[in-house]
Amino acid sequence: MKAAAFDYVRASSVDEICRLLADAGDEERKIIAGGQTLVPLMAMRMARPDMLIDINDVAELAGINDHGDHVSFGAGTRQRAIERSDIVSDRLPLVAKAVRNVGHQQTRNRGTIGGSIVHGDPSAELPMAALALEATMILRAVSGETEMPIDGFFEAAMVTNIEPEQLLTEIRIPVWQDARIGTGFHETSSRQGDFAIVAAAAQVALAEDGKVTRAAISVGGAAPSPVKLHGLEAALIGKSADGFQDIIALVDEEIDAETDVHATAEYRRRVTRKLVSRAIDDAIAEAGK
Amino acid sequence: MVDAPANLPNYRYVSRKRRTKEDRRFVSGRGKFVADVEVPGMKHVAILPSPHARANIISIDTSAALALPGVHYVLTGDELGEATSSLFHGLDLPNVIWHPLAVGMTRYAGEWVAAVVADSRYIAEDAAELIEVEYESLPAAVDSEKMIDEDQPLVHPAHGTNVLFRKTWEWGPVADDFASMPNTVSYRARWGRSSTVPIETFGVVAKWDDVNEIMDVWASIQMPQYQDQIAAALRIPMNQVRVHNDVDVGGSYGVKRGIKHTVLVTYLTKKLGFPVRFIEDRLDNMSGGDAHGPDRIFDITMAFDDEGVIKSMKIRALDDVGAYPGRAPLQLGKPMTALCGPYRINSIEYEAISVTSNKTGQVPVRGFGQSPTNFAIETGLERVAKHLGLDRIEVRARNLVRKDEFPWKIPPGSIYDSGDFHAVLDGIIKTSNWDDLVARRDALRAKGRLAGVGIATCLEPGGGNNIFEFLFNPKLEITTFVESVLMKVEPTGAITAVMCTTTSGQGHETLVSTIAGEELERDPDTIRVLHGDSLEALPTRSPVASRMAIVLGTATSKAARDIKSKMITIAAHDLGVEKDQIEYADGEFTVRGNPASKLTWAEICHIAHKQFHRMPPGHELGLQAYAVQQVPGAGGLPDENNEVPLYPCFSFQAHVPLVEIDPDTGKVKVHDYFIGHDCGTAINPDIVRGMIIGGVAHGIGAALYEKFEYDADGQLLAGTFVDYLLPSAHEIPPVVDSEHCTPSPLTSLGQKGSGEGGYLGAPAAIASAVNDALAPFDIEINELPIRARDIEAALYEKTR
Amino acid sequence: MKQVEVTLNVNGKDTTLTIPPRMTLVDCLRDELRLTGTHVGCEHGICGACSVFLDDEPIRSCLMFAVQAAGHRITTVEGLLNEDGSLSDLQDSFWECHAMQCGYCTPGMLVASESLLAENPDPSEDDIREAISGNLCRCTGYQQIVEAVQMTAKRRREGAANG
Repeated sequence: MKAAAFDYVRASSVDEICRLLADAGDEERKIIAGGQTLVPLMAMRMARPDMLIDINDVAELAGINDHGDHVSFGAGTRQRAIERSDIVSDRLPLVAKAVRNVGHQQTRNRGTIGGSIVHGDPSAELPMAALALEATMILRAVSGETEMPIDGFFEAAMVTNIEPEQLLTEIRIPVWQDARIGTGFHETSSRQGDFAIVAAAAQVALAEDGKVTRAAISVGGAAPSPVKLHGLEAALIGKSADGFQDIIALVDEEIDAETDVHATAEYRRRVTRKLVSRAIDDAIAEAGK
Repeated sequence: MVDAPANLPNYRYVSRKRRTKEDRRFVSGRGKFVADVEVPGMKHVAILPSPHARANIISIDTSAALALPGVHYVLTGDELGEATSSLFHGLDLPNVIWHPLAVGMTRYAGEWVAAVVADSRYIAEDAAELIEVEYESLPAAVDSEKMIDEDQPLVHPAHGTNVLFRKTWEWGPVADDFASMPNTVSYRARWGRSSTVPIETFGVVAKWDDVNEIMDVWASIQMPQYQDQIAAALRIPMNQVRVHNDVDVGGSYGVKRGIKHTVLVTYLTKKLGFPVRFIEDRLDNMSGGDAHGPDRIFDITMAFDDEGVIKSMKIRALDDVGAYPGRAPLQLGKPMTALCGPYRINSIEYEAISVTSNKTGQVPVRGFGQSPTNFAIETGLERVAKHLGLDRIEVRARNLVRKDEFPWKIPPGSIYDSGDFHAVLDGIIKTSNWDDLVARRDALRAKGRLAGVGIATCLEPGGGNNIFEFLFNPKLEITTFVESVLMKVEPTGAITAVMCTTTSGQGHETLVSTIAGEELERDPDTIRVLHGDSLEALPTRSPVASRMAIVLGTATSKAARDIKSKMITIAAHDLGVEKDQIEYADGEFTVRGNPASKLTWAEICHIAHKQFHRMPPGHELGLQAYAVQQVPGAGGLPDENNEVPLYPCFSFQAHVPLVEIDPDTGKVKVHDYFIGHDCGTAINPDIVRGMIIGGVAHGIGAALYEKFEYDADGQLLAGTFVDYLLPSAHEIPPVVDSEHCTPSPLTSLGQKGSGEGGYLGAPAAIASAVNDALAPFDIEINELPIRARDIEAALYEKTR
Repeated sequence: MKQVEVTLNVNGKDTTLTIPPRMTLVDCLRDELRLTGTHVGCEHGICGACSVFLDDEPIRSCLMFAVQAAGHRITTVEGLLNEDGSLSDLQDSFWECHAMQCGYCTPGMLVASESLLAENPDPSEDDIREAISGNLCRCTGYQQIVEAVQMTAKRRREGAANG
């Protein structure tokens, strides 16, 4: 399990990275940040880049900042930093709940939010949370900067809509300004710390009367990519804690579960409903406090 | 046999909490594992595996691989198959040929097709990708149940069938006993293909020295007759093979049996003239390492009275050993040792069927087939209780062999040496606060969760004696299972003991030094224990079968007692008295009733080595003893009824877990685990405790998480640690252990085996707890591993 | 083959090596620096046997290329020993509690545990299990490892209290 040979460049700026990506020609050049997804793929020779561009020294790619209406994450921000961030726990409680389910201390110390998103694992927790909250991704290339909504970014299992010459530099996750907000995150995995078999993330805002005024819901493991449940979100508006079970079946319409060695498609479908329901329950309860 | 103490003496070292001899090097990062062995000039091997479960090899083109700089050789099956002899099978299978690299045909996905030797493992892997193999893919034989009656693709066409072995034994009046009982239950229990999967893969380094004509081998090995099999395959005399036993083995639990790896590497070093190393990577290990475990279907009928007392049972066990059987089919034989568990069952019919398939090969796994069998038997005890509406503990208590009945002979011939099964069972019911556990279960249920309390007992045969092999293959007429120790006392008084196998975590240096220290009243910390190489070797059958405390331990006692006797002889001669007048205590040999007349330990050592003039006439110089210990009670062949005493010593355990199940996801959480055990005298309590708790963890893995899953085409779906799930510290609960001690009458200090019992009982106990949790829904799952999806699906079917 | 020169700081000592970029940190530690205390278990980031400290954080050294470690401090199990070569209190507790059998996962367990204790001097049993949950042990069932970490934590707290 040794990677195929590659050239290695330790980049010092975003501009340098973009130039290296632009000059790739026929070569496959890949970004390495934490390496927690990429290196195993390379060890199994399922990925074999000609060049690795190491972005770990690029200071502008790390950091969590509160901008009032959103929190920005440098793409190279470690999962461990997110776990420990007061900004995240205060402003993005859904992200805080999600990151607690990510891997183990050794992997969180290296793994980054950007790496997690660009690899597009169907059941990774941070992409799910970012998707639920409609994050915006900032992509840079020599030709300039592009803003891209995260919804639509995930194309298939381990495939995302990033061009070879693009670098994900930043993820902006909106902070809801509503008065009464609650979140819920539930997942089931074979072992604690594994990628989820199925996971569900929900954030709601409530009116004074306890009715949902705004909902953000996503699931992982229920389709080849993380899925935002637009239909259920819309249907949840106006519902209260004990009034949404009749619409939970809407989940089925937006997911596309598959069978693998860990679970059957039927299992994923049924459990997705249950976990979405639990996540909404938690979110409404928390918002009502 | 050595006389056992009548009751437990007040030991100084034995059974005391003492630090082990081995751990210091491990915490320092100074263990010496096979991947740490550096032989100057060694080259590295990478393997090209077959992508097909079954295929003809049409051609292999190695030219591009050989052209890569840094590549020294590419070996294929045709060359190796020609130059070496077929590897050993336990069964008599002359038409099942097994070579390290596929010859002509590949028989499972992952089977090795070619091996590259290069300057580094990195380059070797680059070259392996450049080998071009043309295959003719063929349909694969995957489903073990179809092998018997249905027309299936043949794994070994020359053998003519995929059935390797099929035989039925009857011990006792089965038909009469069935006729006399008012009740029967029949059930199926299924054990999934899992294994012990040590964190260290298998590795081997070999160096052929053609001047001295010696093959040095360093390996991560735990296997009887390793050197014999290397010599046989290479067709060289055994005294040209030197296996270094001082390699620390990074876990084994039975499976470190890399004979094919070793034949590959020893052949290469002999051919190429430089040292060669092959360390499996995890992918090599999982798919091509031939280290899978039993994959078994049991169909059982039990006959019992209205009180739940079981009189007879019929067992049919169908085991899928994969493509190359090796010793694996004999794992259907070892369970005969305790085929009725700890229960007083009068007669047994046992049909054992071993089939081959297009899957990775099976090897001996912790307990050598006993854990699946114990799970199957305990499932029956649960069924009997359910059938009669009786308490599960009470049914077990009614069937257990009673304390005053030992030695107790079971139908296949084993003689249970000793025990107090009821005391251990009662003890764990008390320790676990059974009633509180049930109350906690019910409280969880009241909150809408599913919860269950489990119970299982198990018997752990220890000591070895593989005469059951004879029942499977009369050519294996082997009636010894020895272990040996050479003990030396230096002129200065320091003690050195030499044993001749590797260790894979069992703490043999601690075992030998503790017993030697106890016998000789010397501090074990001052006693050095060496692992002699196979040419310095004393007879050994390696640390399998929960046997080292029993056989190596008793050999150590014998050697130590021999040393002491020799020293007393010297003392008596020098002090001018008869031997029986010398008393030994605390390093001094004193004439009874005359405390001033004495010699110290050091003085006698000095005499023995240096002062011929003070030695008794004709007495051997120096101070050394060599003890070879046969398995107590073993040595005979089966009688005309196929009855034969198998393992000598029997440890007993009772397991009690509490589990909770998430009703929505089916996920099981093991909250608590209690285990009562009796392994006789514990030589080192921390080692025993670790073995037992570790065995439980391993059993929880087999019960809930681990399976080498295959698809219908014979592709392995769980070939990485992402898909084959070893339990972490989250999945294993705190385990509370409670000890009982019934010394064995057959061993020097009353010790028995303890390496397997945790694993033998835990799968049954977890299944019992899960099924208790599912009982309100009238669901019973008797197929391991029981995974969340299985539970959720069963609940969905019942409640939709 | 592509080679690069790299200077690594391991256990407080700088060494300059010429290695291929694709060499993992664990292979470099073991094969180039002959620090064989760090072990290889799976090479795909699951088992934790290769855990080492990168600066002050535990990481998996099979998921990092050695070239990436330049400019960082790496500490291996050999570097956990006291300066005089004696066992650290954590290593000593592992010995005292027999927190291992075969010893193969032990260096990684020590790294994971030391990291926890540096951050949390009074960990609960759950904290300990979480901290070592990325390190697989096949021998012990984890219990004696948990006990060794608890013992170390208690002794450190008592030591701190006694000044």
